[in-house]
Amino acid sequence: MSGFRVQNRGLIDRHKTLSFQFDGKSCTGHPGDTLASALLANGIKIMGRSFKYHRPRGVWGAWFDDSNAIFNISLGAIQLPNCPAATTYLEDGMQARSVNTFPSARFDIKGVLDWFSPFLPAGFYYKTFMRPNWHLFEPTIRKMAGLGKLDGNIIEEYQSDQIHQSCDLLIVGAGPAGLAAALSASQKGSSVVLVDDHDIAGGSSYQQQSNIENKPASLWIRDQIAAIAGNGGRILLSTTAYGIYDHNLVALIQDSGFGHAPRLWRMRAKRILIATGAIDRQITFANNDRPGIMSAVGALEFLGRYGVLVGKKIALLSNNSHTQNTANLLREAGAEVETFDTGDNSPVAIGGKKLRALNIDGKSHSCDVILASGGLTPVVHLWRHGGGRLEWNEAIQAFIPAQATTGMRAAGAANGIYELDEALADARAAALDQPSPKVQSAYQIKALLPDINSKKRQWIDFQHDVTVKDIELAARENYSSVEHLKRYTTLGMASDQGKTSNMAGLAVMASLQNRTISEVGTTTFRPPFVPVPFELYRGVKRQQLFNPPKRLALEAEHRNVGAAMGEYGGWLRPAWYGDDDPHNTIRKEVISARTHVAIIDASPLGKIEIMGPDAEKFINFVFYNTLTTLKPGKIRYALMLSERGIVYDDAVITRVDQNRFIISCSSSHVEGVNNALEGWRQDGNDPDRIFVHDTTQNWATITLSGPKAGELLSKLDMSIDLSPDAFPHMTFRQADFLSVPARISRVSFTGDPSYEISVPTLHASALWSAIAKAGKSVQAAFIGVEALSILRAEKGYIIVGKDTDGETMPHDIGFSQPRLRKESAFVGDRALHTHAANGQNRRQLVGLMVKGNECKIVTGAHLIDQSGSKPRSIGYVTSSYDSPTLAHPIALALLENGTARIGESVAVWNQGDIRQATIASACFYDKGGGLLNA
Amino acid sequence: MQQFPCPFCGLRNEQEFHFAGEAGKTRPDTMKEVSAEQWSAYLNHYNNPMGKTCEIWVHLPCQEYFVMQRDTVTMEVFASEQIRKDLK
Ligand SMILES: [Zn+2]
Repeated sequence: MSGFRVQNRGLIDRHKTLSFQFDGKSCTGHPGDTLASALLANGIKIMGRSFKYHRPRGVWGAWFDDSNAIFNISLGAIQLPNCPAATTYLEDGMQARSVNTFPSARFDIKGVLDWFSPFLPAGFYYKTFMRPNWHLFEPTIRKMAGLGKLDGNIIEEYQSDQIHQSCDLLIVGAGPAGLAAALSASQKGSSVVLVDDHDIAGGSSYQQQSNIENKPASLWIRDQIAAIAGNGGRILLSTTAYGIYDHNLVALIQDSGFGHAPRLWRMRAKRILIATGAIDRQITFANNDRPGIMSAVGALEFLGRYGVLVGKKIALLSNNSHTQNTANLLREAGAEVETFDTGDNSPVAIGGKKLRALNIDGKSHSCDVILASGGLTPVVHLWRHGGGRLEWNEAIQAFIPAQATTGMRAAGAANGIYELDEALADARAAALDQPSPKVQSAYQIKALLPDINSKKRQWIDFQHDVTVKDIELAARENYSSVEHLKRYTTLGMASDQGKTSNMAGLAVMASLQNRTISEVGTTTFRPPFVPVPFELYRGVKRQQLFNPPKRLALEAEHRNVGAAMGEYGGWLRPAWYGDDDPHNTIRKEVISARTHVAIIDASPLGKIEIMGPDAEKFINFVFYNTLTTLKPGKIRYALMLSERGIVYDDAVITRVDQNRFIISCSSSHVEGVNNALEGWRQDGNDPDRIFVHDTTQNWATITLSGPKAGELLSKLDMSIDLSPDAFPHMTFRQADFLSVPARISRVSFTGDPSYEISVPTLHASALWSAIAKAGKSVQAAFIGVEALSILRAEKGYIIVGKDTDGETMPHDIGFSQPRLRKESAFVGDRALHTHAANGQNRRQLVGLMVKGNECKIVTGAHLIDQSGSKPRSIGYVTSSYDSPTLAHPIALALLENGTARIGESVAVWNQGDIRQATIASACFYDKGGGLLNA
Repeated sequence: MQQFPCPFCGLRNEQEFHFAGEAGKTRPDTMKEVSAEQWSAYLNHYNNPMGKTCEIWVHLPCQEYFVMQRDTVTMEVFASEQIRKDLK
């Protein structure tokens, strides 16, 4: 027991007492306490175990600069893992458990790991578990290494708000500098947002018991806040700026209290002022990780904000001119303080779980707490996020902000200015974007020179157990760049992110290499500055809103007749109809389509209109196939290529009249095709002579397919001559359906006669009802996308992206003519005549057959060549189905030289099993195509 | 998150844009002989400068393709202009 509460200090509400438990022990605290301050007030020092060796650890800092005390906290039904004790406010009834410990922080059965520490040097995991395979060891190591545990329960209504705002000036840090700057800027009429991660503004002023501009600090702060608000400035408390992104986007996380989702602010600021203050640097000495060794600034913070004195008999080890002031403040509160200079030789902390003394030059000085003050270190993380540069300041032994991108300044302690009046002047100048006054700092500090020859363990990164020896090892193995050093030793990784460990690590590396810290440089700080929950980014993007599918106009009608809906290419579409066994249902749907007639909602098919005097020339350039010869009223199948000659999409193109085309592209490629069309239109053509208009969602399309498709269509009474001569395959008609315009395309994706009937979306329901009613007499069946996929595969019709890949060119899938004969330029033309395009072993589309009593081939299975010493993949299966029509399995595949090998046998490899299949043409149904024209 | 100026809509978040290529490239006339090297240069050779660059971007919501000058190091955006000819 060493910490205790003192009277008349701190901002806590002593009228109320809160009860909580820590590792099963009952404790009390007050509103305004953090878990860390309340535990210290209860005399508890050990609050966690380190990550690698499970060394006992206490708090180092009083706020974000502590990464030792991390708790699992339950309150009522809510349990949250990985809560930092120093930044989590205490609530009545909390049950906290330190992470990384079992059964509790004080007695850790895995603490035994520490005895083996000579065998766990830096890079240990990398070196030891490389062979045979890291994944063999990973589960056990992760279990031992993990931080908090999720309880798996979902917290009701735990949903982050996400707010987008902008302002003229965003000030980070509501300490004296931030407050002064906010007032100055708001007086000039700027829209100012001032954020601070504490729930009370005032920053470091609570550490010092001094006046600000001749007023008691609390009065001065109150006056600033009132004046800022009066000028229309906004102050967001409990709000941490955790990242600055491109173009001055600042991410803010606003705490909403334990168990309530935090709020995300995306604040776009014209100017940013970093007034984040400074924290204390640790000192590298033997056993410097023992519980009870703390930051001196942290100790003042515990005293000033929470009224907690961290010890009765304090040894203050320091290298800077703030020592006497710190000692006096602690003495006034009732502690016995002895001060030591880091220049004194070989300090050693004596004691295990309980600190007993600080040994200097072999002489023992008893104490219950050691405060280490290695010098103020400006909090420059956000400055680096924002692209600001740092420069080493020898006088104050710190990296301070140098040049920055436009619109970002730093002020006060974050800018290396530690004297109050000078910091205020600096902040006011920065607020108005005026030059800072030159200051001569009274602060004095001696360079910290770590003893790199000591045999004792000196800790650099408390969270990851990185010691001086580990850095030595890394340097010896030539990981001497700071970025390599960080990754090899894990220094400054995890939640600390270098806040406390960075400078100590750099100092060791500098000593080892006989360089200065400024020569060693510092690692790049990246967001987030503090850990943030994933929920912050998720917000409302959950369940259906996560990636909302497009919905059919006829969805209700489909559901009425029992559709099982699934997502296909971004659309929610009927997969099949009915509640029976899906496999059997789909088979029946295919049979109905082949014997009678199928009704298919084809509304997602693209309907991009190309209009204008240059439309023909344009479309002939953009597509592979020749389209100048397409007559009005006719339809042609065409491929769209990339400039690399790769098949990007396939479409049926209707020429409505001389200057108007409709491109019916794949449903999942509408945006991409439209975008490519716009690109060619605007970049390379006269955009006033071509218009591209995506009308996909303006029209609903129902396809009738099967031998009785014409009979069913005739019952809709649209007065069209449906005889094959009058309305042949691949032609287009416009008609009236119940006095609204209808478009009918005779085009097939199944191999049977098919009609695609489109009406304006508003009339989709009427068309559906009419077809459903008329369909009864011809035994029409609704069929879903699954049955359609089988029908088209039976016919050998491809789905681009499924039956083609990133190497497939048109001549690989049977479309060779335009490549050889087309007389005008087209997208991808030159690429079809490269060395690769002319190659002998191109993968070509073929069919595969196995015997009727065998099971179908697995999609994705490799086709292999076993003639060499090692089997070689020569292609793979792209689509595979049990064909209800043919009563045997069928498959489509891409196979090297496939077309020349039709009739041969090929070995099919899947997960080690090899079977034989016969190579066939890709069309299994009505090879002559006679049915299409019936 | 950067902000880009669409000549048609104004300043918008970068998520709304797609990169469409380096500006100033001309498609070879494929009705004439185009060497493999010329075609490869057209497809693959980008200056990819560190610093000032001139690129074509498209603003997806309005489909406007435009030319934008920016700095790949400082992320500064200097100007954007429509790619289409002036309406006179
Ligand atoms: Zn736009």
